[in-house]
Amino acid sequence: MSLLHELTRPPTDAPFDEPRPIAPGLGRSDHVFRITARGVGFFVLVLTAAIGLFLGYQAIPTFHHYGWSFLTETQWSPNTDTIGIASVLLGTLEVAAVALVVGFPLALMTALYISEYAPSRLKSTLIAMIDMMAAVPSVIFGVWAQLWLQPRGINVSRWISQNFGWIPIFKVDTDANAASWSKISYVGSAFMAGIVVGIMIVPLACSVMRGVFDLAPLGEREAAYALGSTKWGMIRTVVLPFGRGGIIGGTMLALGRALGETVAVLMIISTDYQPKIKILSQGTQTVSALIASLFGESTSTQLHALLTAGFVLFLMTLLVNTIAAVFVARSRSGAGVDV
Amino acid sequence: MSETLLSKEQAPETTAEIERVEPAGAAGRVTESLADPVDDRPRDLGVRTLDDRASLLGAAAGSLALTWLLYEVLFAFGGYVGFVVLWWFAFVVLYAAVTSVAHPRVAVVDRMVAVVVASGAALVGLALASTLVYVLVRGWPAMHHWNFYTQDGTTAGPTDPLTKGGISHAIIGSAEEVGIATVIALPLGLGTAVYMSEVGGRISRVVRTVVEAMTALPDILAGLFIYTLLIYSFHWERTGFTAALALSVTAIPIIARSAEVTLRVVPSGLREASLALGASQWQSVWRVVLPTARSGLATALILAIARIVGESAPLLIVSSDTTYYNHDPFTGPMNSLPLYIIQRVRSGQPGLIARGFGAAALLLLTVLVLFATARFLARNRTGRR
Repeated sequence: MSLLHELTRPPTDAPFDEPRPIAPGLGRSDHVFRITARGVGFFVLVLTAAIGLFLGYQAIPTFHHYGWSFLTETQWSPNTDTIGIASVLLGTLEVAAVALVVGFPLALMTALYISEYAPSRLKSTLIAMIDMMAAVPSVIFGVWAQLWLQPRGINVSRWISQNFGWIPIFKVDTDANAASWSKISYVGSAFMAGIVVGIMIVPLACSVMRGVFDLAPLGEREAAYALGSTKWGMIRTVVLPFGRGGIIGGTMLALGRALGETVAVLMIISTDYQPKIKILSQGTQTVSALIASLFGESTSTQLHALLTAGFVLFLMTLLVNTIAAVFVARSRSGAGVDV
Repeated sequence: MSETLLSKEQAPETTAEIERVEPAGAAGRVTESLADPVDDRPRDLGVRTLDDRASLLGAAAGSLALTWLLYEVLFAFGGYVGFVVLWWFAFVVLYAAVTSVAHPRVAVVDRMVAVVVASGAALVGLALASTLVYVLVRGWPAMHHWNFYTQDGTTAGPTDPLTKGGISHAIIGSAEEVGIATVIALPLGLGTAVYMSEVGGRISRVVRTVVEAMTALPDILAGLFIYTLLIYSFHWERTGFTAALALSVTAIPIIARSAEVTLRVVPSGLREASLALGASQWQSVWRVVLPTARSGLATALILAIARIVGESAPLLIVSSDTTYYNHDPFTGPMNSLPLYIIQRVRSGQPGLIARGFGAAALLLLTVLVLFATARFLARNRTGRR
């Protein structure tokens, strides 16, 4: 017999042929680790999901009692058992809309400035400043807005109502051109609250947009310059199309924040439950400010109505943020970069 | 090649931009630079010519003079806001006119956009600066008295001078509430992050989705949840502990999400190396993954603390305003800085508003210090690599 044959001969003792287990199973410490980590994860899942479900569950009696008129009724008078959030929702949307009109261009321009125009040695400082602005608590913006911005801002309100009062939303129920004009008519309006919230959402929207602008491929930028483009030509044809997802996503995130903002709005607005589209004139109400101001004197019915209003607000922010998350994830994943 | 550069609506503009470059000259320059390899530096795109500077300064000065003439002499308007706005518009128009004398339309548009973008950024900076400066300046009269930090509010009425009474009860309340909230939220948030990034599985995706959805929860609803569940249904008192619970509800998703982002960027090679050396998964997480991500996790934690220190909406609902000390978070009402600020500033009394601003300035400085610490830690991380 040749040596080769000897070597390739199947071994006589069969048990030796058992394959070694590749996945040796988990040790005891890993079992404990995994169970603990899963436990914590499940607990947080249950806790956070419970909040949403809790709000939804609490909303059921209210919808039973008031039906769909809860969403269309404008009065909030628990004494006569007429409760509806139509005017409150309108106020919330007005504040958020003004906030977007103010905040979106500012955020876009700031993001473009930091990403494209700022000298490179200033860039990290500017990014830090925007992040710092995001960290400033809303109560700080609230006191600033109430006592510094509003006394100055009402002049802007008056100017708009003087010149654009013929547009219904800019009309004010007072003589804007009077020599001693009634300042109180312009205080605590949806417009004023919207300006403050607009400033507050700038850092959030700006940092998302800037992050995406910075990812715009260098090759395409250089290609645009090589074709003789100006800086704006490059931004228009490369940075903005590339960053479109980030612009939409950042704006939606900011909108979600604007819808839920409480303290700064509460400190600015004068409460008014009348539905109104005159955003410049005094008085409005938003869902979150409603909850903050009414929870204390609540009867059971009213508390459930507040919880239902909170649930509606939660659904709105959840929808907006989900859309935002889709856009931001897509733009950060690098989809659309086909160089 | 991107489709955007090829799309039809872009094409005319691109051609127009190309035409500005003289073909012969450009070709000559290219051959020159090829022949001379020393001068191979990239073209400086940020360079400013004399023409750029002169037209900028000239437009600024001219528009200032024009605005002054219109505003102060001819029409005698008042108000500096109107003056600045008018000056800005005059500047844009004048700058465009000056540019169009020597440059094509493309260059005019380019300069206009640069002006508008820079102005927008400046406006945001101005808003930020005015917020910080205003709060600190208004806060200074109350802040520079030592008793502001050592006494509580029982001794001072609304009309008492600022040398009497203080906010130490609110400081202590805030510190205790934030401390308890951190003790609750940190293990849960970090544990969830470890679960999502290290253990994984099908359910971890559900956890991630829900956690991300919960960062969207308006903070007032966290307060309303705690209020309805504990205070309304179970008849708990409004104490420091309920406030801390509400704060931790808002903090858990924030910590979990940012910690998971940090853990995900730990190179998987490190994990594999650790496992290949025979370490168990727990040992790799505890000895390799978490230490590697340490400074990132610290940054995430500090930013979350900075967020909940200033969190005020839930506190309006689940805690109550007091003027006296209460060290016990489980019994009796406990004040906190954000709540103190809101109540004092809304009171309308000048003496109380001054105290409210003092507290606001202190809160602002606290948040800024926390923020600076987080930045410092984050910088250390990148510096070490």
